[in-house]
Amino acid sequence: MAIVELKNVVKNYGGHKGSKDSANAVENFNLLTEDGEFVVLVGPSGCGKSTTMRMIAGLENNTGGEIRISGRDVSAVPPKDRDIAMVFQSYALYPHMSVFENMAFSLRLKKTPNDEVKRRVNEAASILNIEHLLERKPRALSGGQRQRVALGRAIVRQPQVFLMDEPLSNLDAKLRVDMRAEIVKLHRKLGVTTFYVTHDQVEAMTMGQRIVVMLDGKIQQVDTPQNLYERPNNMFVAGFIGTPSMNFLRAKIASDRRALEGESFRFKAEGARGTALDTHTANEVWVGVRPEHLRYVEDSGHGAGLENMMRGTIEVVEPLGAVTMVQVQIDDARVTAQLDSHVQVTLGETITLACAGEKLHLFDADSEQALGLEQPVSEPLSAAV
Amino acid sequence: MSTTAPISRASMWPRIVLYAVLIVFAALFLMPLYVMLTTSFKTLAEIQQGNMLALPEQWTLTPWLEAWGSACIGLDCDGISGYFFNSIKIVIPAVVISALFGAFNGYVLTKWRFRGHKIVFGLILFGCFIPFQIILLPMARVLGVLHIANTTTGLVLVHIVYGIGFTTLFFRNYYETFPNELIRAAMLDGAGFFTIFFRILLPASGPIIVVTVIWQFTNVWNDFLFGVSFTSGENAPVTVALNNLVNSSTGVKAYNVNMAAAMFAAVPTLVVYVLAGKYFVRGLMSGSVKG
Repeated sequence: MAIVELKNVVKNYGGHKGSKDSANAVENFNLLTEDGEFVVLVGPSGCGKSTTMRMIAGLENNTGGEIRISGRDVSAVPPKDRDIAMVFQSYALYPHMSVFENMAFSLRLKKTPNDEVKRRVNEAASILNIEHLLERKPRALSGGQRQRVALGRAIVRQPQVFLMDEPLSNLDAKLRVDMRAEIVKLHRKLGVTTFYVTHDQVEAMTMGQRIVVMLDGKIQQVDTPQNLYERPNNMFVAGFIGTPSMNFLRAKIASDRRALEGESFRFKAEGARGTALDTHTANEVWVGVRPEHLRYVEDSGHGAGLENMMRGTIEVVEPLGAVTMVQVQIDDARVTAQLDSHVQVTLGETITLACAGEKLHLFDADSEQALGLEQPVSEPLSAAV
Repeated sequence: MSTTAPISRASMWPRIVLYAVLIVFAALFLMPLYVMLTTSFKTLAEIQQGNMLALPEQWTLTPWLEAWGSACIGLDCDGISGYFFNSIKIVIPAVVISALFGAFNGYVLTKWRFRGHKIVFGLILFGCFIPFQIILLPMARVLGVLHIANTTTGLVLVHIVYGIGFTTLFFRNYYETFPNELIRAAMLDGAGFFTIFFRILLPASGPIIVVTVIWQFTNVWNDFLFGVSFTSGENAPVTVALNNLVNSSTGVKAYNVNMAAAMFAAVPTLVVYVLAGKYFVRGLMSGSVKG
């Protein structure tokens, strides 16, 4: 159990200037965890999330900055002395050893007495319900069982920090959901500070107490799942978190600095968002609307003139049972809307969609940063960045 | 159209031809072995009748005993047994040590990469293609300087040096596909450089160890050039002794003894192939196909 602190951590692979390795793989990474926190690093492939984790593990050296575990700067400490345990995507079980020996390996290297080894392995095995597998070789196990053994190997060491590098991505969809819940349960039980890397935003949202969203080696936002969803810092986070993705429409700001217009839509900026537009100099802005916040409006003929509505032709209809996904052409954008399944829509039909004003997101047309973010309802866990 | 319909006559022909050709070639390749074996069990008188392919009318073990214990090689008439053990003394350390070096090189070249690792591997690989003749004189000098000229120890050294290129190639290609995450996991578990090698990598190297052992064993055992160049008299390996045996018979050629001696010289490689042959093919494949 430990507090992990990353201060201005930089990774550069030292490629020649201009080559793809010359840019920083991770840039000025700052994060302070709470004791026993579950932190998820998420982002598209190549965003530096795994590199960051490998630097915490000590499998790669940080080019700059400090990494502190329980206050101790571990930048120059070899992996085995950092008091961490890591779970790998490929499980990385030693193929020639039994499950028991796999889990006992680290203890054996530390010359732990035999009965102590037995006690700790059995304890970990019972937590994970794999006692009956201890004599088997890894090749005789299913994917889910292997993953449990990999977790067991980490638990046995009783480390200060758990690192998990996409541990579920080799499992099939159903098992993944089960294991997801189980890892969360395990974390709650052991209370060990955990870093979890994934490219799957659903995994991140369901597991993380706090989520670090990364892109191109830079942190985009660090926040609780709810805040990421409700108050994304920028268009990348807004589009990355939530399925299906948020819709973005390019709108002109009317002279009253409140109305946001396109050819076939019209929104009104309210509250903090409206105030932000007063001081905003640009004439255009990105409007973001989540598919689940769009409503079908019975066409009364003059609907297009009202506030916070858009009109367009249905291009795709995907009934999913509980809900129906429709894609609607609004100006030059494809807008996805999640409608109740009892709403009857047909392909090619022109429909009107509405969105509550407080659900709108505004982003700067150039920098793509969020405009007029309201103060979060509850303070996020110890703020970083 | 039933799937159990008998195979038509026309479609059987290619198969018949195929098997016929295979059987003919198999017979052709086995013929020398057959002749050697039958000849070695015949009496000299029977051989002189001239029917090479016939089975012995009167089976005898005398040629085998003579070849092993009392045939004359040069001036000594002690058979090839001494030389056979010379070869054993050479082949075991040479194979074990060169395989270990190869495994170690492969480990470092794949899992502990350093600047210029490709060049180093390229140079080692180049060592595989240096013709034997080129190193004869320099090696003779080296053995002289080290005071191991005309000893089996000297031959062990020559074979280790020459074998490292191949063994490194085998192990490097095998370890290339060995998952790096396993190495990382071991590092986090607290294993150091040598612990990882001996406790993680080597135990998982079964197939490639078999390939390397077969390759090195046959090469070292069958070597003639180094044996004849760097040893003489009672220090020679069995291949050289066999040659001397055949050449030093005076008067009537004892074909049966020669054949028995040749069989003695060939048996160890045959045994290795029979015992480990199926692993050999598996091992050769496992380098290229991800398992």
